[in-house]
Amino acid sequence: MSGGLYSMDKKEFSTELNLKEVKPYGDTMNDGKTQISFTLPVPCNDESIEAAKLLLKKMGFENTQVVFYKELTEGFTFFNCYGNCTHTVDYTTIHVPKVESNKMDMHETDDYIKQNLGRKIVVVGASTGTDAHTVGIDAIMNMKGYAGHYGIERYEMFEALNMGSQVPNEEFIAKAIEMKADALLVSQTVTQKDVHIKNLVELVEMLEAEGLRDKVILCCGGPRLSHELAKELGYDAGFSMNSYADDVASYIAQEMVKRNSK
Amino acid sequence: MKASKLGLDFQKVAHAKGLAKSISDDVQSFVDNYSTVAVERTLCRLMGIDDIDANEVPLPNVLVDFIKEKGMLKHGVLFFIGNAIIETGLSPQEIAEKTALGELDITTMPINDIEKIKQSLQPFVNSSIEKISNNRKRRENYIQTIGEGSKPYLYVIVATGNIYEDVVQAQAAARQGADIIAVIRTTGQSLLDFVPYGATTEGFGGTFATQENFRIMRSALDEVGEEVGRYIRLCNYCSGLCMPEIAVMGALEGLDVMLNDALYGILFRDINMQRTLVDQYFSRIINGFAGVIINTGEDNYLTTADAFDEAHTVLASDLINEQLAFAAGLPEEQMGLGHAFEMTPDLENGFLYELAQAQMTREIFPNAPLKYMPPTKFMTGNIFRGHVQDALFNAISIWTGQGLQLLGMMTEAIHTPFMSDRYLSIENAKYVFNNMKNIGDEVEYKKDGIIQQRAQKVLNDATDLLEKIEKESLFEALEKGLFADIKRPKNGGKGLAGVFEKDVQYYNPFITLMKGENK
Repeated sequence: MSGGLYSMDKKEFSTELNLKEVKPYGDTMNDGKTQISFTLPVPCNDESIEAAKLLLKKMGFENTQVVFYKELTEGFTFFNCYGNCTHTVDYTTIHVPKVESNKMDMHETDDYIKQNLGRKIVVVGASTGTDAHTVGIDAIMNMKGYAGHYGIERYEMFEALNMGSQVPNEEFIAKAIEMKADALLVSQTVTQKDVHIKNLVELVEMLEAEGLRDKVILCCGGPRLSHELAKELGYDAGFSMNSYADDVASYIAQEMVKRNSK
Repeated sequence: MKASKLGLDFQKVAHAKGLAKSISDDVQSFVDNYSTVAVERTLCRLMGIDDIDANEVPLPNVLVDFIKEKGMLKHGVLFFIGNAIIETGLSPQEIAEKTALGELDITTMPINDIEKIKQSLQPFVNSSIEKISNNRKRRENYIQTIGEGSKPYLYVIVATGNIYEDVVQAQAAARQGADIIAVIRTTGQSLLDFVPYGATTEGFGGTFATQENFRIMRSALDEVGEEVGRYIRLCNYCSGLCMPEIAVMGALEGLDVMLNDALYGILFRDINMQRTLVDQYFSRIINGFAGVIINTGEDNYLTTADAFDEAHTVLASDLINEQLAFAAGLPEEQMGLGHAFEMTPDLENGFLYELAQAQMTREIFPNAPLKYMPPTKFMTGNIFRGHVQDALFNAISIWTGQGLQLLGMMTEAIHTPFMSDRYLSIENAKYVFNNMKNIGDEVEYKKDGIIQQRAQKVLNDATDLLEKIEKESLFEALEKGLFADIKRPKNGGKGLAGVFEKDVQYYNPFITLMKGENK
C-alpha cells in the first residue's frame, strides 16, 4: 500500500452527495475515510498488526492502514489506524426525539415568563445519589454559568437552588416539597455499571409514591444522558453534552406555560 | 531566599503567612480539646485491632460504638483498652473480639491507676510506632538503592473498581514511566463512617480503599519498581469521614502519598467542619510521621468557582493548609499543596496567567512538592484539543518546577482512563519535560509585565482575604462561603455526632510521640 502524501487511487465511486447513503468524508465525497484507534491484548509483532487489520476489515473498513503501533506494556499493543468505511446510513429517514422548545437567551426567557406566567419559576437541582460531581449541575445552575451561558441562578424569573453533590433522593424530594418546586433538575456524571440509571429510576418511583410526579417538570442531564433515554426512564426531558442553561431554562419556561394553559 | 522572578515582595508573603498562622492557631485551640469517633477508631487500629465481626462491622467500629453508647467515649478508647488489658490479661484484638461477641463490657471494670493503664498500653504503642518507622525506612532504602523518577513526578490514576485489574493497569503505567499511582476510591466512600474490609472487586468510578487493597497494590508496585529500577509511589485518599483511619492504614502498609486536605471534605462532601478539622489534625500527624506526602485539594475550588477570578482563594487556602500542616508536625518537604491549570482555553493570554500563578506558588512555598492539577473543567470531549491543553499544562509545570504532576488525560470527561490514554499522556509529559527542561533557568519575566502583575495581584488579593478571615475565624469564613462559593454551617453537615470534647483523663500518646520523632 502506498503511504505517500497524495492518494493516487483511482476514484471508482460516485463523488456526489447522496443523503440516502451517507458515509464518512476525508477529503473527497464518499471516500469513507475514518480514523480509529484501539488496544489489543496481544504482544507487538507482525501477527498483531495483521490482527488489527483483520479486525478493521470485520468492522467494515477497506484499504486498512495501521499507521502507528506501540506495545503499551507486555501483552498489550496500541494501534492507530485508517480505513475506508464501506457502510452507509440513510440520513433522510432518521428521527431523533428532541426536547421541543424554542431556545431563548436569558432576557428572552425572563420576558417570556413575565408575559406568559407572571410569576417566578422555582427550580431545585442536585447531583443525586453517590455522585460527587458538581460540574454538570453547576454549569446549568450557578450564577456564573459555563462557557458564556449564564446559569439559572442569574435569571430574574427563576428562584433556583443548587443542592450540590451526593444528595440522597429523599433529601432532594423533601427540599422540592419545602420549596414548592415547579421543576427538578438532576445531574448524573458517574455512569459506571449503570449506577445513574438505577438512581434516576429510583427518583421517579419515589416521586410517584409521593404523588408528585405530575406536579413537577422533571429533567435530568449528564454527558452520557440523552433526551430519548430520559423519556424512557420517565423524565420530561434529558439534556446531554453541549447543553447550557439557556436550553434548560427556555424548555422549563415553555413547558410551564404549556401546562398552565391546559 | 532567592530573588523573586515575579517581583514578589517577600515581606508581603511573610505577612500573609503570619495571618494564616493566626487563623490556624485559632482552629488549633479548638481542635486540641476535641476528638472524634474516627480518631478513636484510628487508636484502635494503632493498638493492632483489625478484622470484622459476624455482621461485617469492623472491630474498631464495634469497640468505639460500644463505648459511645455507654456515654463514656469522652475518656477515650485507649483508657478503656488499657484498663481492660490489666483486668483481663487479653490483647486489644481479643478485647475487641469479645466485645463484638457480647462477652465483655470494658466500661464497667474496676478502674486502675492511670499510670498503670499507660504502662499496659506501652508495648502496643511501641509495636505500631516501630512498624510505621520501619515502613518509612523501607521507602528511604528503596529510594537510595533503586532510585526514583525526577520531579515533577508523573502521577496517574487507576480506577477500575477491581483491585486486581487496578494492579494490571498500575504496573503498565509504571512501565510507561509513571512515578505515582493513585487508586481512585469508589464514589461515596468518603461518606462511609467505617473502612470496608478485605480485597474488593466491585466499585463505582473507583476501588474501595481497604487495608488489604493497600497491601495488594503496594506489593505490585514494589515488584514493578524493582523491574523498572525506580521506586513507584502509591497514593490514596485520606479524606471523608475516616480521614485518620485511612492515614494509619496507609502508614501501616507503606503508602507514600495521601490526598489530605483540611477543608475539602467540608466544602465538597458537606462533612461537618468541626469533625473534619479534628480528623485532619490527627491524620496529618500520622502522615507526617510516616513520611507520607500529603496533597491538598485547592484545585477543586476551581471546578466550581472561576479559575481566573478566584485564583486568590486557592493561594489563601494553600497558606492555611500549610499552617495547619505545620501544626500537625508535617514538614514542608511533605506538603503537596494543590493548585490547578483550570482557566478557560478561550481566555486571551490565559497561558501567561497560569504561568504567573504556578511560578508564584513555587516561590511562596519553595520547599513544598507542589501538586499541580491538569485541566478538567474545560475538557470537552474534543480529545485532540484536550491533548494540546495538557501539553500547555505540562510546559508550565517543567518551567516552574512543580512537584507532583497529575497527568491530564485527553479523554477526561469521557471515561476513566484507558491503558492507551495513560500511555499518550505520559508520552506527552515526557516529551515536554525533556524538550523544555531548563527553560525556567533561561527565561526571565518582563518587569511589571502581564505575568509579574498577575502574580502580585493574586498575592495581594489572597492577603486581603486572609485578613478578613483572621478577623473572624476559619469557621465563620466557611459559613460565609469564602471558598469555592460554597457555604457550610458550623453545626451542619455529616459526622457532627461523632465529635466530642475530651475529658481530663483522655489519653492519646501518639500525638506527642509522632510529632516529636518527626522533628
